[in-house]
Amino acid sequence: MLEYTPDRRPTGGLRLPAHKEASTAQPIARGFVPRTLVLALQQHQGPPTTPVVRRGERVLRGQVVARARALRSAAVHASTSGHVRAIEDRLVPSVHAVHRTRCIVIDADGEDEPLPPGAGSAWPEDPEKQLKSIRDGGIVGLGGGVFPTAEKLGPQTPCKVLIINGVECEPYISCDDMLMREAAAEIVDGALIMRELLAAPECIVAVERDKPQAIEALLEAGRASGDASLRLADIPTIYPTGGERQLVEMLTGEEVPSTHYPSEIGYICQNVGTAFAVHRLVRAGEPLLSRVVTVAGDGIARPQNVETPIGTPIGELIEFCGGYRGDVDRLILGGSMMGYALPNDEMPITKGSNCLIAAARTEVRQDFSERFCIRCGNCGTACPARLLPQELLRAARDNDHALLDEFGLTDCIECGCCDVICPSHIPLTEVFRNAKFAHARYQRQEVFSAETQQRFRRHEERERADVQRGKDLQDQIRHEVETDEPARQQAIEAAIERARQRRSQDTDSE
Amino acid sequence: MLIGTVVLAGLALGLCAVLVLTDRLLPAGRDRVAEQVESLLPRIQCAQCGYPGCRPYAEAIAAGEADINRCPPGGEDTVRRLAEFLGREVVALDTTLGSASMNRVARIDEHNCIGCNRCVPVCPVDAVVGVQQTIHAVIAAHCTGCEICLAHCPVDCIDLIPRDA
Ligand code: SF4
Ligand code: SF4
Ligand code: SF4
Ligand code: SF4
Repeated sequence: MLEYTPDRRPTGGLRLPAHKEASTAQPIARGFVPRTLVLALQQHQGPPTTPVVRRGERVLRGQVVARARALRSAAVHASTSGHVRAIEDRLVPSVHAVHRTRCIVIDADGEDEPLPPGAGSAWPEDPEKQLKSIRDGGIVGLGGGVFPTAEKLGPQTPCKVLIINGVECEPYISCDDMLMREAAAEIVDGALIMRELLAAPECIVAVERDKPQAIEALLEAGRASGDASLRLADIPTIYPTGGERQLVEMLTGEEVPSTHYPSEIGYICQNVGTAFAVHRLVRAGEPLLSRVVTVAGDGIARPQNVETPIGTPIGELIEFCGGYRGDVDRLILGGSMMGYALPNDEMPITKGSNCLIAAARTEVRQDFSERFCIRCGNCGTACPARLLPQELLRAARDNDHALLDEFGLTDCIECGCCDVICPSHIPLTEVFRNAKFAHARYQRQEVFSAETQQRFRRHEERERADVQRGKDLQDQIRHEVETDEPARQQAIEAAIERARQRRSQDTDSE
Repeated sequence: MLIGTVVLAGLALGLCAVLVLTDRLLPAGRDRVAEQVESLLPRIQCAQCGYPGCRPYAEAIAAGEADINRCPPGGEDTVRRLAEFLGREVVALDTTLGSASMNRVARIDEHNCIGCNRCVPVCPVDAVVGVQQTIHAVIAAHCTGCEICLAHCPVDCIDLIPRDA
């Protein structure tokens, strides 16, 4: 496997303190079995799955509990054995916020009994069936986007390059790093399986330069595989180069239009965790049952990476890591930049949960009071999406939707760079996140208003036409009456004449 | 002196011509303004502004005959946008005119509808469907929540519900 350094610099971005030392100091902890599972029916971007178990039923590890009916969906499996306690609505973390969704709650029995060997179907030959097998295996993008993997590997657009994303640029998160160190051969194998499915001529594994052990392990595994299409790109350690769009641009020089997915211009990105999951599915017939989660922050007793069964309540995971320590300010799901605070620790780990931070008070940026924008331009320099955050800010606060469009609000990836760099402590990213909701509503309303106007026009036209038709009818009758008048007169006279004759005949015959 | 008079007279004449011309052109200009004003209104045709629809209200605004705070469904947002566009003062919304809101839609109570068909022709966007003697229904995706049909129902069986319920 060839190692190379892309000669492009990333656009914008920041160098941030990594905070990854504690969680990478020991290997991934394995063998954790939770007492409860909360399996959300919708853990992916797409329509929810349909439950196929009933209350009270015993399920085994690896058993399907909810099936993917739609194409853009992915099945859900029991990640340990136990009994189904309930199927009910619960709050579950999703990509950008907590949402309420239907969940299968399972009381684990601690036996962790797997399905009998051979119960899973073997990896099929036919590519169509292979995709279905990935969907039934519940595999989604594990980098956090949770896009169904089968959908991304489908034959829509010819793929130029398959990019395996090992650029874990956000502070605190180290699950991908640890997985690359410990399971490089499996990741490379998963990557090659996906490359074959996509018929991609090239496959690039991208890793940040600050992960030498991971790079070493991957190079070793790449050499062992003997595949010539594989390359390893080492990427400068700048946040947020691991973002899909940023990475594609960095590696290929092509800017992904904001209206398109990278896949639509021929670049498919898959996270290293996803590659690992594909390997497990194909080589061992094991669906997606667990993922590596980084548990970090000064508020945690033993920060580490844990192979966590999907559906584990966050509280149990924290307990496994020795519980809370000291003064915990907040619980954050995801990294310190793009993550969000959780209201409690009862929610489950889902397929998309990569990192859990129990932040101590000292770690959290204290809320400085906001000052005026001094137009220093720092935010524009830091923005990886080439936006002008200070202009966006003004437009957002003025609720000026036309201007928001002009300055490209929808291109903002909410990375938080502008926020961190702003000397006036303006919460730019938060403003943009909220503005996006308002903006989407505004756009929907504009479309509705325009349609309504059209409907009203047609209604008016029809009414006018109705009135016109009424008038026309009246005119016609009047016209007929007028033109027929002489003939009518004649007819009447003729009738009178006939009557008179009849009468005179009558009198004659008498 | 003479030159001064001539120059002034010329100026007066020229300006007169400008005035006459602008007067000729003004209605067209006003039409354009009305069109833009209309595009700033919600265009749901509820008539709560006191005009028979958004366009007539827009025309009245463009002609300077109407206040800009008369559109209940548009709310403060619309007042602000109008004020900005027309260079007028922002004024508080006149809340006495009505309560139509785009966040609500009409729903016909199927148990009470007598199929009189009175609500169908009055709906400005043809969102009510049904023929005489049958139960009528509102197409929620087309309904603007203008409230017009409510007053025409003899058995009072049309309600407003939140749009996304
Ligand atoms: S970084 Fe802050 S102060 Fe500087 S231009 Fe941007 S918003 Fe204004
Ligand atoms: S949060 Fe948005 S505007 Fe700010 S730097 Fe990131 S992409 Fe640019
Ligand atoms: S009140 Fe109703 S009819 Fe009048 S402008 Fe507003 S939406 Fe249009
Ligand atoms: S006006 Fe009322 S009763 Fe008559 S058709 Fe409409 S909803 Fe039914």
